[in-house]
Amino acid sequence: MNDFTLLIPEFLISGLAILVLAIDFFLKNERKFVLPWVTFVGLIFVITVLMVGINNTGSLYGGILQFDQYSSLFRVVVLALGACLILMSRNYVNKYLSYPGEFYFLVVITVLGGMFLASSSELLTAYISLELMNFGLYVLVAYERYNHKSNESGIKYILLGAFSSAIILFGISQIYGLLGVTKFDDIGAQLLVISEMSPGLILGFALILAGIGFKVALVPFHMWAPDVYEGAPLPITAWLSVGSKIAIFAVFMRFVTEGAILVSSEWRLILILFAVLTMVVGNLGALAQSNLKRLLAYSSIGHVGYLFVGIAALVSVGDQDMLSTSTSHLASNGLMFHLLGYSVANLAVFFGVILVYNESNDDEITSLRGLSQRQPLVALVMTCSFFSLAGLPVFWGFTSKFYLFSAYAIQGLIWVVPIATVTSLISLYYYIKVIRQIYIENPINGITALPVPYLDRVLLVLFLVTIVIGGIYPALLLDFIQSATDILISGKLI
Amino acid sequence: MAEFLNSIPTLLFLIILPAFTSVILIVIPSRFAKAIRCVSLGCSSFVSMLTVVLFFSFDQSVTGVQFSDRYEWLSIPGPWGSGEGAISLILGVDGVGVTMVLLTGIVMLAGTLISWNISTFQKDFFVLYFLLISGVFGVFVSYDLFFFFFFYELSVLPMYLLISKWGSDSKFATFVRSSEYSALKLTLVLVGASVLIWVSIVAIFVQAELGSFDINQIQENGIGQLSVQFQNIFFLCLMLGFGVLAGMWPFHTWSPDGHVAAPTAVSMVHAGVLMKLGAFGILRVAVTLMPEGAETWMPLLFAFGLVNVIYGAFSAMGQTDLKYVIGYSSVSHMGYVLMGIATLNVLGMSGAVLQMFSHGVMTALFFAVVGMIYERTHTRDTLVLNGLTKKMTIIAIFFAMAGLTSLGLPGLSGFPAELLIFIGVFKSYAIWGPIGGSLAIVGVGITAVYILRLLSRVFMGPLPEKWDDQTDANVREKLVASVLSIVILVVGLWPFHFFKVIEVGISPLLERLA
Repeated sequence: MNDFTLLIPEFLISGLAILVLAIDFFLKNERKFVLPWVTFVGLIFVITVLMVGINNTGSLYGGILQFDQYSSLFRVVVLALGACLILMSRNYVNKYLSYPGEFYFLVVITVLGGMFLASSSELLTAYISLELMNFGLYVLVAYERYNHKSNESGIKYILLGAFSSAIILFGISQIYGLLGVTKFDDIGAQLLVISEMSPGLILGFALILAGIGFKVALVPFHMWAPDVYEGAPLPITAWLSVGSKIAIFAVFMRFVTEGAILVSSEWRLILILFAVLTMVVGNLGALAQSNLKRLLAYSSIGHVGYLFVGIAALVSVGDQDMLSTSTSHLASNGLMFHLLGYSVANLAVFFGVILVYNESNDDEITSLRGLSQRQPLVALVMTCSFFSLAGLPVFWGFTSKFYLFSAYAIQGLIWVVPIATVTSLISLYYYIKVIRQIYIENPINGITALPVPYLDRVLLVLFLVTIVIGGIYPALLLDFIQSATDILISGKLI
Repeated sequence: MAEFLNSIPTLLFLIILPAFTSVILIVIPSRFAKAIRCVSLGCSSFVSMLTVVLFFSFDQSVTGVQFSDRYEWLSIPGPWGSGEGAISLILGVDGVGVTMVLLTGIVMLAGTLISWNISTFQKDFFVLYFLLISGVFGVFVSYDLFFFFFFYELSVLPMYLLISKWGSDSKFATFVRSSEYSALKLTLVLVGASVLIWVSIVAIFVQAELGSFDINQIQENGIGQLSVQFQNIFFLCLMLGFGVLAGMWPFHTWSPDGHVAAPTAVSMVHAGVLMKLGAFGILRVAVTLMPEGAETWMPLLFAFGLVNVIYGAFSAMGQTDLKYVIGYSSVSHMGYVLMGIATLNVLGMSGAVLQMFSHGVMTALFFAVVGMIYERTHTRDTLVLNGLTKKMTIIAIFFAMAGLTSLGLPGLSGFPAELLIFIGVFKSYAIWGPIGGSLAIVGVGITAVYILRLLSRVFMGPLPEKWDDQTDANVREKLVASVLSIVILVVGLWPFHFFKVIEVGISPLLERLA
């Protein structure tokens, strides 16, 4: 019996999307500033409903949608980050984009896609949710109609996105053809039964990995990322690097732990090699950038590397190639913890960039010159976020990196730790290049205060507090993450 | 007093008070300059008083950790179970730690007073300064590997901004070394070195299989898991990682550049306290957890230390910038510390810790005095400075005091420390000990040469006319210099209390080695 109350948040979000679009029809242009508020309040309302209002454990349609602590965690996170994004982007949208109604509508649709991704546990559902999210993003990336770069990145993104979706579909069809199932846990069960992996099956898993790799910009499938990030409107760049990544990692982690974990130790090795390559290429690539968006694009590629090693660390290889998840709790915790920490810090950095861009219409690193004198709060929050991304203490990034790297080591990947820490060091160098502009250089046109509305200040402080709490009192968050991990790992001792 | 300090979380206060001061300072608007100074001075004086009280309440008759406290922080599930409190904030001091805490307290107060008249962004300066102090205290009192590393990194983090924003460039004949360059070099080298520490800590955690970062617990129960081969690899990593911060040759080049570029107070804290974190880390983490690795690699540390002594002294001799002279003399003096640690006997190691203390105070005095001179004459070039005694008598006296400590004059703190180290060195490593010891004593001779030459050049001789209107130290500066000088005298004339306290910390280490 399907309990459709489980889907209330999704229904509400769909309703919200249509509501925003509908309100937009009836508003004069000078009244459209209410749209972000409607969207924001709607998202906050859904978070409240999700957290206190309803039952959110169970499954739908014979288990293709799983609602548990794991999916709740990610649903709440996607919603919350989406709400932050709406607030962050409202002035940008007013100033640079036409058609705000459709903009917020599409952002809400991507949030909806992300929520479905967090709870889907079947290949086709996952695929459709992924497409739901991506279609919104395809349009949003090209939203600045008269900007050549935005158009260019829109074309790039939609072509490569469609291509990678096709690859994923091909992989799914291989797996379905050979195993006859598409649900993650059925795949896992089938893999236990068969003795030998057929080449077609390996191809299927490899294609899925490649497709997901495209979506999250895993090296060597990362080429599109810097261009698309550069061309997209700033809030959408932020959302690409945060929201879409969280959602895809949510479903990929579930896929790996429930389904693909048994594939073989070789698949794990490939994953690690790609991940290590990603850390190195991402962080080295960022060194040469002078555009903030491109720099952040490369830095987020680097972070994908750390996270993918975490995915590989979800399984350990024991004696005689025995695969086991008995020690994977740490890896799973660390992965989610770092993912969240990265997202918050990255979003905070983007917020700062957006605030500066709103005034200067410039996204080069030098646009931040003398920011500490023009607007100390923005400067402080951006600097702390950069330090957090680089993994320096008191900030979330340090604690989560330490936790995650310890997990690598426990899962027998200690050789990755030096590479990961050295690439973090490289990242510190290019973050310092930006911080130097903020604190050391003087403003170009004298000290002119950068106007920041009070609400944005509140949000900035909120980001700062979150980043610091993640660094000095992580137990608060890790309780939630631990319960999500228990869902993911428990009872799957092989 | 000891009971009272035990009943309150004293060590936690040491970490939290400076950090809390930072937060308060952020909130105070920068136009209230007086309030900012008062809050800073209030915090510094209170904390440094606390460290003095703590030092004298430390019970020197019992070995082991005192004033300990434990706060569970994070659990790490794994093969060992749910791993409740795997990472905990475990605080405590042994004889070594308490000495270093006292040093930090003294230098911190002096640094705050010296920064009294920073004219640009004073608030931001103090915010970062107290963050730095908080990190330094944290390292000295942490008994948990995670938090040790946490605070270790925290004390590097503010350095970049402190040096590049408030620092000064140094001009050479053909090029200018900007403060930003030095700051970036310092930050990257130190964070780079901590990569080695990070990897080693994670390796120890995994290898010990206890699901805990508690140093004491690993040392009691997990040390059997750390095979000799493992220790040989990771002791070297830790030794190099910490050695970089201790200014160990050949990784010392960041340190003179950093000291010179930094503003006075930061030079004082950095040369005075921060470099000691490196040596302290070798003792607290590397030697404690990997005694067999220590025995393998100590000869190398001994050799490096010896090179430090000689090479640092010669480099100091070749400098014409006052701060560079002192920067290189720090490298040279840290060489004695490393040699002392490398002896692996009570005398040598206690001497090393005493030298850490003595050098910390002395070099703080040095940098403070140089800062006073620079503020007045706006140059640090020893070829230009001349005959300053005529106008700056008090400053000259304090400079001489620091200089004489540096070359090990009996009655000042450098003498007992270096004496202990030399005795320790002569007793170790069969024939190589005496050879190395003799060379190190030659190093003291070279120190005497450059210090005395500096004194005669800068302070004696005719005073150029342009400096006729120079003034002597004001009350605040006299206060700073005399506090530091008094500490130097106390340690020089009455080293026994210090020696006993340090020995209490060192002897358990050596018992395990044997």
